[in-house]
Amino acid sequence: MTDIVQVKDLTKRYDNGFEALSGVNLNIREGEIIALLGPNGAGKTTLISTICGITQASAGSVTVGGHDIVEDYRRARSMIGLVPQETHVESFEKVVRTVQFSRGLFGKRRDDALVEKVLRSLSLWEKKDSKLMQLSGGMKRRVLIAKALAHEPRVLFLDEPTAGVDVELRKDMWEVVRGLKEQGVTIILTTHYIEEAEAMADRIGIINKGQISLVEEKDALMRRLGQKTLQIELAEAVEAVPEALSHLPLTAEGGRLVYSYDSQSDHTGITGLLNEIRDAGLQMTDLQTRQSSLEEIFVSLVKEDA
Amino acid sequence: MNLYAIKAIYIFEMSRFFRTLWQSIVSPVVSTSLYFVVFGAAIGSRIDQVEGVSYGAFIVPGLIMLSVMTQATTNASFGIYFPKFIGTIYEHLSAPVSFLEITLGYVGAAATKALFIGSVILLTAYLFVDIRIQHPLAMVAFLILTCTSFALLGFIIGIWAGNFEQLQLIPLLVITPLVFLGGSFYSISMLPPVWQTITLFNPVVYLISGFRWAFFGTADVPVGLSLLAIAGFTAICLATIAWIFKTGWRLRD
Repeated sequence: MTDIVQVKDLTKRYDNGFEALSGVNLNIREGEIIALLGPNGAGKTTLISTICGITQASAGSVTVGGHDIVEDYRRARSMIGLVPQETHVESFEKVVRTVQFSRGLFGKRRDDALVEKVLRSLSLWEKKDSKLMQLSGGMKRRVLIAKALAHEPRVLFLDEPTAGVDVELRKDMWEVVRGLKEQGVTIILTTHYIEEAEAMADRIGIINKGQISLVEEKDALMRRLGQKTLQIELAEAVEAVPEALSHLPLTAEGGRLVYSYDSQSDHTGITGLLNEIRDAGLQMTDLQTRQSSLEEIFVSLVKEDA
Repeated sequence: MNLYAIKAIYIFEMSRFFRTLWQSIVSPVVSTSLYFVVFGAAIGSRIDQVEGVSYGAFIVPGLIMLSVMTQATTNASFGIYFPKFIGTIYEHLSAPVSFLEITLGYVGAAATKALFIGSVILLTAYLFVDIRIQHPLAMVAFLILTCTSFALLGFIIGIWAGNFEQLQLIPLLVITPLVFLGGSFYSISMLPPVWQTITLFNPVVYLISGFRWAFFGTADVPVGLSLLAIAGFTAICLATIAWIFKTGWRLRD
């Protein structure tokens, strides 16, 4: 897979000395969905704004489709669609006209059929003649997506696409994004909702304090860092791990015994563990396994960084 | 050249104008009529001809200039300030457009609106006074140049302004006084000699003088100088805008 976006040593220092990005390196593969996770103020939006041309980089370079975003900004930007975090819209403008405007602004000939297709795919066609101020927040966000797609970009940046969107719309939005991926659009999304990254992304990038601390395949990341735990419920609650079992990697939590293991490993040690518990004369009443979520992984990574 | 972008911005700006077309027409017509009633009929009847032209007719070019300069400036400044204010400017900044294309779209639309209003005022003037335009082509050329150059100035103001007060500050504090003191309602030759010299530092004098020459064939300063002044003013504005987009001043972080 080729890299469609290449970010090299990108640094953004503001006039007041604050460094929002400190030498970011990131390659984005064509056709993937990559989620950038990070706490507030980590530099997610600055990164996107710099790639899209809204913010000027202090150092480093970015290419999109091989075109430098400064030297060859026309070709680079033609390939990019941006859905910003805030739902800023021209209140008095009609949906269909604002989408046509975006297409024109990006140098494309008017194409009513394409605009209709985009609006239909986002369930906006019925609202095409509504003024933007008449739309709900979720609908406005869809309009922003439609505007970003109006010039048929190959790379789409979604900055917190589901912030402030209710659960149902969020799921709809995920469907929309998956549909775009199927059409071959590369998608970069930033999010606070780890659930979102977990549900959609092929790769996860973690950004913290202006640096990318990790980029990895989501599944591999979860496998690598995702520990599984076995929770053993006992007939009689225990305060601490019984003496007979102290040589095992066990902890006592809330009266239960908790065993951490790597589910990918050939030898999980579960059979031996259960035998030893039985031999120790403890009676088990229930067993549960739990995979740590991306959220837990994320929190532990950001903590390590701090 | 991204012609579709220029067209998109131009159409977008013009559609806002057409949404409020009646307000756009009524206000200049009413204010022009008031000027004619006050200066033309009430005061003008006591003033002799100025440079062989009745006073009512003499003030027509100045009145048109006053409106055109104010309209061009405010329309262009509002046009670019508004997306900055509501945040939709992100789209312009991330689009494959050059500064020239954005400027052409906004300034073209603002100049068109000002030209339209200038024409409305001229037509209104015909209701009150008898005017014969000696150099119609030059009149149109001066009008277009003034609309364009002041729209460029307005564009700069719109980028500079940090709030709505600042947006109105320059037209109110700079343009209106310069136009009033630039010979809109009098000939410079009517001033005492010292003020005649001071007045020559007012750039608007050259614009009004040239415009009036196109109407009546008389001018305070040579027409060539007027053209030169307009060209110089336009060049300064264009250079400023080019610098703004190069550095991202007040636009890009």
